Formats: sequence, structure tokens, C-alpha cells
Amino acid sequence: MNYGAILATLLVLTVIGFYLGRGRARAAAGAPTRLHSLPGYYGAHVAIWMALPAFALFLFWISFQSAIVEGMVWNGLPDRVAVLGEAKPKNALPAAQKQLLINNIRNYASGDIVSGEITDLVKQGAAAYRRLEVLSSWIMAAAMALLAAIGLLVTYRSISPAMRARNRVERVLLLLLMVASTIAILTTVGIVLSLLFEALAFFTKVSPVDFLFGLEWSPQTAIRADQVGASGAFGAIPVFTGTLLITVIAMIVAVPVGLFAAIYLSEYASRRVRATVKPVLEVLAGIPTVVYGFFAALTVAPLIRDAGAAIGLTVASESALAAGLIMGIMIIPFVSSLSDDIIIAVPQALRDGSYGLGATRSETVRQVVLPAALPGIVGAVLLGVSRAIGETMIVVMAAGLSARLTVNPFDAVTTVTVQIVTNLTGDPEFDSPKTLSAFALGLVLLLVTLCLNVIALRVVQKYREKYD
Amino acid sequence: MDENIAEAIVAAPEADASDAVDAETFRVKMTTRNVNVHYAEKHALRDVTLDIGEREVTALIGPSGCGKSTYLRCLNRMNDTIDICRVTGRLELDGQDIYDDSVDVVQLRASIGMVFQKPNPFPKSIFDNVAYGPRIHGLVSDRADLDQLVEQSLRKAGLFDEVKDRLGDPGTSLSGGQQQRLCIARAIAVGPEVILMDEPCSSLDPIATARIEELIDELRQNYTIVIVTHSMQQAARVSQKTAFFHLGDLIEQGETPQIFTNPRDEKTQGYITGRFG
Repeated sequence: MNYGAILATLLVLTVIGFYLGRGRARAAAGAPTRLHSLPGYYGAHVAIWMALPAFALFLFWISFQSAIVEGMVWNGLPDRVAVLGEAKPKNALPAAQKQLLINNIRNYASGDIVSGEITDLVKQGAAAYRRLEVLSSWIMAAAMALLAAIGLLVTYRSISPAMRARNRVERVLLLLLMVASTIAILTTVGIVLSLLFEALAFFTKVSPVDFLFGLEWSPQTAIRADQVGASGAFGAIPVFTGTLLITVIAMIVAVPVGLFAAIYLSEYASRRVRATVKPVLEVLAGIPTVVYGFFAALTVAPLIRDAGAAIGLTVASESALAAGLIMGIMIIPFVSSLSDDIIIAVPQALRDGSYGLGATRSETVRQVVLPAALPGIVGAVLLGVSRAIGETMIVVMAAGLSARLTVNPFDAVTTVTVQIVTNLTGDPEFDSPKTLSAFALGLVLLLVTLCLNVIALRVVQKYREKYD
Repeated sequence: MDENIAEAIVAAPEADASDAVDAETFRVKMTTRNVNVHYAEKHALRDVTLDIGEREVTALIGPSGCGKSTYLRCLNRMNDTIDICRVTGRLELDGQDIYDDSVDVVQLRASIGMVFQKPNPFPKSIFDNVAYGPRIHGLVSDRADLDQLVEQSLRKAGLFDEVKDRLGDPGTSLSGGQQQRLCIARAIAVGPEVILMDEPCSSLDPIATARIEELIDELRQNYTIVIVTHSMQQAARVSQKTAFFHLGDLIEQGETPQIFTNPRDEKTQGYITGRFG
């Protein structure tokens, strides 16, 4: 039975329940006592208790159904199964082959492509699979109908003028809102945990001390025993230095330009200029970073190299400077737009007070408006730093791969994000330290940006308290 | 006649005495002739002609939206900061046209200080709030002079004794009434001749209000004061001259006791007895 049809039926039943409840409440209102709540609330109360338990059962069922059905199909297969042309005892099958067989059965049942030959075994399993699936969905539909009926019966019978339907509906709404906010938090926890377990797997192969304090990064390891290759070095310091260098360059570009743009727009520009320039500046934020990336790699980097050569400097063609400059330009709208909002929020009374004392515009901006807006601006800059640290595409294209421990902006460096991308893309082995190192890098990166965001939020919060 | 106002006038007998003195030594500090103000299409102020006497308090009263604050902001060209505002007519300070191209508006505002409706201390220490004006105008050459000027200004604003041990605290940490006196000290520190006050007590409690009113009366010895107020008792208590505005027109002006006891215009009569406003 189709899941869509089941849910649609539930919805229709719920709507009917709503009208039934409302009708009964209206009828009850004829009694000498007045209804506690509007009739609609009684209807909603019935509808909620019909829909929610049944829907919860639905979610629960479909998240466990496939595992249970697969287990039953597996048990239903003969004891000796033919895999890759030879018959083997079912229970002695290696885990990977067992998984392959089950996948084939499932894919065949749903009409997808099956790897290898379609054997009788697969056909037999698929038939069982389909049968069980249909059975399962019928049982589920019946259980849902039962729950909805119980909900209807209990809530419908409870309708009386004294019942506080309004308050009960309120409580359920509160619960729904709480569930919604929990989902966001749980997702974050899930991300952290998935990073954490992979990172722990990495740290069983490489010691955390070597990783955090090692000065050499060269993640290439021998894949096969007969291969000539280094054992790999996983000292993350050069990689983090690269991120730091590029971030610093980016912020040197983005903070003054963004801040000055914000000051001009909020304090000097006429309303017309502001209405045009601000959206144009914000278009910068809409340019995909991959476009910035090839602009940096193909236009800016050669330009810097040639300019450096002209004055006798040796500049790598993938220099930290090019990547940092372009990243800074990308971050300008973040800094300027946030700072602009913050500067605008400084009360006009402060400016009036300063003008009233005979201060000029720039004196007012420098000595009154900016100090008042400073905490907010710091918050804006820290959010910009988070962007710079986490930015990937520009540095993948423009910064290079050589993990060199340097602070020379003309050298090629690599960043944390670039290493994560290169170690995880392609055809990686998921048990080699090279691949796993990506998770350790990701974990540290996450912690760093998390700390920055917390600091930024605290600073912004402090600022909010001041002008309430 | 409103009884409270009658009491206020009776309770301030020195007002009559000083009026007699002022009548002899009366000197015009600011003159305004045919002042018109437009906000875009809106005609906010029509043909206002008013003289502001030196070293006395002129109160501007009238219902909300009558143009009294707009008029006040013309006197130190604060309306310049509003794009859509246009001011015409002649406004003079000591005979000098303040809207003349040769006038430096920054200098003008240094000699015509302003105190606002809501206390607006800068996000700085108490000391730096007062030192702000002298610093930007280069009024003092060394730290000792600055210390002295700040202390003097705080004393004149009647705030020094309350804050002398915590001049480094932020200005926003003071109470509302103290903040407003800090703003007055800040205006005094620049050495203005005229102080404009735009409803300076409207966000204060009665005790803080009384304190500010006393202060205004003291400041009158040295400064020309123009005050916009919604409270007719306040106008009666602190001012020597009163001007009544209504819907952008200056309806009536004159000695404060005369306006409150014997108004010539029916509208003034109606407003001060509380029939409208």
C-alpha cells in the first residue's frame, strides 16, 4: 500500500475528526453553562490526538521496517546460497558478500539495477521481500487506523463545556515547537559525533600529539605492500598555518574596505545612493565561490606573479596572497552589510548630541558612533573570520597543495579545507590514515569556528543589552 | 485659569522681581524674522517672528506637532542634518545671520548648545563625556586645564558632588536625572552663550525634574536659555518669556505671568486651561 495514500487518508480522517469535535462542542454549548473554549479548539483537540500518535507510529515504522523485512527475507533463504557461482553455507558468508546479496534482492524487488547475474536466489528473495513489504504496510495502516480511532473516541467523549480545550491545544503546540528546535540541535550533535568517531579512528593510527604539534604534513602513504612510499607524516601545524596566513590576508582586505563602505553607506550616503549601492555590494555575496576561485587562479595569481617578477620578487604562481586577496573581496559584503546594520542601529540621539556640541561628521563617526557600534562590529568581523577559515573553493583553486610552514604571502601554502577535500575526494580507502586525517582536520576546524562563533555571539549580545 | 499654574506662579515670587530687573536691562540675544520651515511638502512652521532675550529663559509651549521643537532646532541649525528640511527667513545671533554662507555651522553649534529630550550620554566615561566638546574644539591645552574645565562644568550642572569619585564610570551608569545633568554639563563645557533645551524633563521623575528646574534657574545668570516644554507648570516656574505655538503658527508671545494670567488670544486661553492640547 502506498505511503502517500496512507498519509492522505489520515489527513482526511483528521479533518473529519475536527468537524466532528467542533460539531459536538457546539451542540454542548446549548447547555446552561458556557463553553470554556471556542468550538474550533475542541475540533483541533480531536484532530491533534487523531493525527499525532498515528503519524508518530508511521515515522517509527518506516525507520525500522526495512531492517526487519531484510532480516525476515534473509531467514527465509535456503541454508546454502549460490554466490559468485559457488554454493556456500548462508551463515558463513563474509559480511560484505551478505550485504551485496541483500542489496541485490532489494534492488531487484524495487526494479533497480542488480550487480552481477540475476540468479533464482535473488528472484526468490525479491518475491519474499515484496510480499513482506506489502504485508508490513497493511499492518502499519491498520495500526494507524486503530490509534486514530482511539484518539477520536477518547477526545470526542471528553468534550464538555468544562473541558479546557484551548489550554490543551496550547500545550501540544508548545511540544511541537520544542521538537522543531530539538531537530536542529540533534543534527549538530550528529555531525559532531560522526566527525568524532572517524577522528578517533584516525587517532588510533596517528598519535594526537604528532597531529596537533607535528611540523610536517605529507599524507601520502603506501597503499599496497609492494609499493614504494613514505609512511606519511601528519603534523597539522603547516596546514593550520596556511589557513591562518590566508585568513589574515583576507581580513586585512575585508575589514578596512568593508568597514569604510559601511560607514559611507550609513553616515554619508544620501538615501538614493544607499538604496542603489547597498544591494550592489550585496551582490558580491551572491557570487558563487567557485567563480571567485577561478578568478583568483586564472587572473589575479598570474597578475601578482608578474608584478612580483617585475620588482624582483619570487612569487609562486599559486600564492597565498592571491587566494587571500580574493577571499577578502568575497568577505567584504559580510563585514560591510552587518556593520552597516549595526551602525544604523546606533541611536540618532547620540549623533544629535555630538552635532549639537559642534562636532563635525567625521568626529562624530570616529568618537561617538564607532565606539557605540564597536562590539557589534567586532561580532561582524569575527563572523567574517569564520567564513574565511571555512572557505574551501577559492583556496582549492588558488592556494595549492604544498603544505609549507611559512608566513611568506608570496609562497604557495595549503589550508585545512583544501586538505580535507583532496584527502576525501577521488577513490579513497576508508581505513587509511590519509583519508581519516580529513575527519581529524574537520573536527579541529569545527571546534575553532565554533569558538569564534560563540565569542562573536557573546560580543553581539553584550551590545544588544546596552541600548534596550 | 488652571489652579496648579496659579500656584506655580505664586510659588515663584522671584520671577516677578527678576522680570522687573530684566525689563530694565533687556537685551535681545537672538532675533528671528519670518521663519518658515518645510519638511518636503509639509509646511511645518509659518512666519515665526520672535526675539530671544539675553540671560533669561524663554519657554516654547503648545500641543504636540505645533512646531515648537522644529523652531528650536532652527536656532542652532540642527535641521541641517535632515535632508528634506528647508528653512527660510532671517535668524540672527547678536545681529549676525546664522544661515549666512560665511557662518561655520560647527562653530555656531559650539556657541549655541543643545540638551535633548532623552538623556543621550555618549558611550564613554563621565569625564570623557564632558571633555568631548573641549577636546574637539581644542579649548584647553593641557590635562590640568581640562580637569579643571570638566570639574567646573560638572559643578555648574550641579552634578560634581555626586560623581566626583567615579568620573571614570560610563555615563550610561548614571540615573536618568543625573544623565540629563551630565548632558547639560557637556553642553556647558564648550562655553556656549545660548542653551537650547528640547523637553529636557519629559523622561524624568518629579524629583529629578525639580532638580533640573532649579538648575535652569541658576544657569539663567550666565546663559540665554530656550526651553521647549509640554508642562505648563514648568513653563510658568522656570521662564520669564513664553511663546505659544499652534499648528505651525506662533499664536502669542509675552511675559510669562501675563501669558498665564491674562492671555490675549482665545487659543492660548484654551490651551493653558486644558481645553485642548
